[in-house]
Amino acid sequence: MSIADTTRTPEQMGRDAIGRTEAQVIGTSPIERTSALEREEELFTINMGPHHPATHGVLRLLVSLEGEVVRDLKPVMGYVHTGIEKSAEQKSYWKVIPFLERMDYLSYYFNMEAFCGAVERLLELEIPPRAAYLRVIHMELNRIHSHLVGLGTTALDLGAISMFWYCFRERDTILDLFEMSSGARMHTRYFQVGGVIEDIPVGFERKVLEFCDLMPERIDQYAALLDQNEIFLQRTRNTGVVSRERLLELGVTGPLLRAAGEPWDLRKVHDYLPYDDFEFDIPIGTVGDNYDRYRVRLNEMRESVRIIRQAVEGLPEGPFAADDRKVVLPPRHELSTSMESLIHHFKLVTEGFRVPPGEAYFPIEGPRGELGCFVVADGSSKPVRVHMRDPSFVNLQALRDMCVGGYVADLIANLAMLDPILGGIDR
Amino acid sequence: MPDAPGLELIAQEVNTRHEGAVLGTSFEHGQATLLVSGDSIVEVLTYLKEAPGQEYDILSSLHGVDYLPAEPRFAVHYELLNMPRVERLRVKALLPDPGGDALPELDSVYGVFPGADFQEREVYDFFGILFRGHPDLRRILMPEDYVGWPQRRDFPVGGEPVIFTNTEHTVPGWIR
Amino acid sequence: MAAGSPELEVERTSLRGLSPLDQPRSPDELRVRQMKARDMLRGDLQGADLDEYVEGRLLTTTLEKAQNWARGNAMWPATFGLACCAIEMMSMVSARYDSARYGAEVFRASPRQADMLILSGRVSIKMVPVIRRIYDQMLEPKWVLSMGACSSSGGMFSNYAVVQGADKFLPVDIHIPGCPPRPESLLYAILKLQRKVFGEPDLGWRERYKGYGTEEGERRWKPGAIPVERAGTSPADGILEGADGGSIHESVEEALAGAEAGIGHSGHEAQDAYHGDDEERPNEEAWGTGDTRNA
Repeated sequence: MSIADTTRTPEQMGRDAIGRTEAQVIGTSPIERTSALEREEELFTINMGPHHPATHGVLRLLVSLEGEVVRDLKPVMGYVHTGIEKSAEQKSYWKVIPFLERMDYLSYYFNMEAFCGAVERLLELEIPPRAAYLRVIHMELNRIHSHLVGLGTTALDLGAISMFWYCFRERDTILDLFEMSSGARMHTRYFQVGGVIEDIPVGFERKVLEFCDLMPERIDQYAALLDQNEIFLQRTRNTGVVSRERLLELGVTGPLLRAAGEPWDLRKVHDYLPYDDFEFDIPIGTVGDNYDRYRVRLNEMRESVRIIRQAVEGLPEGPFAADDRKVVLPPRHELSTSMESLIHHFKLVTEGFRVPPGEAYFPIEGPRGELGCFVVADGSSKPVRVHMRDPSFVNLQALRDMCVGGYVADLIANLAMLDPILGGIDR
Repeated sequence: MPDAPGLELIAQEVNTRHEGAVLGTSFEHGQATLLVSGDSIVEVLTYLKEAPGQEYDILSSLHGVDYLPAEPRFAVHYELLNMPRVERLRVKALLPDPGGDALPELDSVYGVFPGADFQEREVYDFFGILFRGHPDLRRILMPEDYVGWPQRRDFPVGGEPVIFTNTEHTVPGWIR
Repeated sequence: MAAGSPELEVERTSLRGLSPLDQPRSPDELRVRQMKARDMLRGDLQGADLDEYVEGRLLTTTLEKAQNWARGNAMWPATFGLACCAIEMMSMVSARYDSARYGAEVFRASPRQADMLILSGRVSIKMVPVIRRIYDQMLEPKWVLSMGACSSSGGMFSNYAVVQGADKFLPVDIHIPGCPPRPESLLYAILKLQRKVFGEPDLGWRERYKGYGTEEGERRWKPGAIPVERAGTSPADGILEGADGGSIHESVEEALAGAEAGIGHSGHEAQDAYHGDDEERPNEEAWGTGDTRNA
């Protein structure tokens, strides 16, 4: 951080780990004078949520407080549990895609990609390069969209409401792009097993490039809003620190892990999509506090803009879906001339394609971390088991470590920076 | 991913340490799977996490599968990851259905991988697999007093039939 | 208009009289107005002039209408984002689809301060008692918008975990289709609700197109005419029949009884499109009453 460091650690200010001065510790309050054992009885458990303006969805937190200091935290989930995995067992593979899309409802393209990738791996199907690039473009746009909403709602929780308006302004621009390519703003159902469902319209590339020109300046505006904002710094610096080792133990991935200093990003290590063709960096933090997480997300947006620009400029020509007619619908103009196409179309639409027996786990880098899809197939046209390894579900285990010992106000900041999406947690 | 011979090596090493733990290996679609019996899962995972050549120290995912009608019916999958070598290994613990009201049991790996906390609770919630040694095994996504294990294959999907104007008399319960 | 094209002649005539808010049409009119205002201030305005002056500046209405106008134009939603529809709800609040211009200025977090509940997202079974409690905590008058397919009818999720429609346990005023509905849809729904509150609810399509006889509740047979086998496997059996007196069913009954008693609708109950004018209703003997709720 290049700006003047106006915040000092509690130790530097002559206070103990949670910021109390010596006088306060010795103090005259009866709480201070009771022993640790008796202090246990002074714990006050409050219930935050599930209906709460700052819990980012319907998350319920049972917080044991001693004064303002959090001593224990228990998250209770399941308030938006939708039974997606169970419903997916009843539907053919194509029809599963809209179900899974609505799981982590801010990163819908990633949900689709994880599932389509798993099924493509089971089918041993290669997607054409144009489809791969289109997937990358849409996924990176979705990553920016997800970070915008995350940062906007984070700032809203911390009181910086302007950031919310600005982020949603950009978000609407991205949603216009989605609407242009697929017809819907959210939950577009744009990916299919074998590629994408339809080619992009004329003018899409130009609009995306316009967006790429616009976005870095806007990101600079966000940085200007919050980077040196004294209140924001006080609330996010040195709060919610969890060590890198502990995060790895818990299985946490994504911006939280990168903010703690671990350079782990599945886009760079796995080759599920041609990210090797693009030049981009992975922002890494140092301390692992909330400020680092904010900076990591902001810079990830910058890097995503770079990827999108390179992908659009290098978009190869070709088919937008694989040729395998047993899996992908034939183009409509063939239906009137070729009997085989008609039969394929009929079989695909009524029954769906069959997947040979097998199991596959397909992890990708979602905006919140490792999003994996596990599919078990048994040769029929419906999956036997679909399980989504959702990053927010695993990341939530870190909330306790982040919050215990800090203030309730820091709990809000920690939860916001964790960026949980309850749809993904509850599935 | 460890390739097929690498997988066989791992299986052999695990078997030399813990007799009879590994029931088989499977290598498909570029992914390596180690089939393990339910009794020795903790030892196998500890070995895989700590042994100098293995060091699969990240648990990516823990999930359950119901293979009804195949036997053994349940399986718990552990997706392990080794970051420096970027290798993923799947360990599959197979559990038979004890029959009747009894629930299948498995040792919890919470002591080896603390990240298994919520995920084991989820497997318990949806499949009814008890994890011995888990600090706080209770339902996580379903209501606390829910009866039934929803993601078992013999649990009905539920929901209501869609009622159209001309099918009202065929839908049970709609007409009073 | 390109140069050389025929000029477009637009003639604008005002259909109403000159109100005090309009600009005076000529300097003479301005002078007349100034004279009248001076006389008013002096207390010299008499007779017809005085009547005209006052009427041009006063609005008379009933208390009911004024109240409804105020209520409709300032409906504050409660923050109740459940799932994906919540994101579209947030974007409705944002700058492009600004809902503040329609009165939904702030989203109040406390249900006691809110008068509209926008159920945005799928209603899971675990969440039902929470929503019911929030709804009960809201003060009269209150309205409920069921946003999206999932809260209107269960949406695409017809399974054990999602309640098939929030109106199983809450009285809902407006259902909004969509998955998720565009922010414009949500705004349109708020406007429709406003019209309902003002006392001029939109005509249902059945009234507009005289499409009677197609209602779902309209019974074309009497109960017991066709023996029905109850399979008993659907969870709907318990809810709809209330055989075991399940708690959800009880609150559905209460909710419906309460809704009929007029909670939240303050005397401007919409004309139920199902039960329009009695003369137009089909023959009751042959067709039954068509009311399935209070069987």
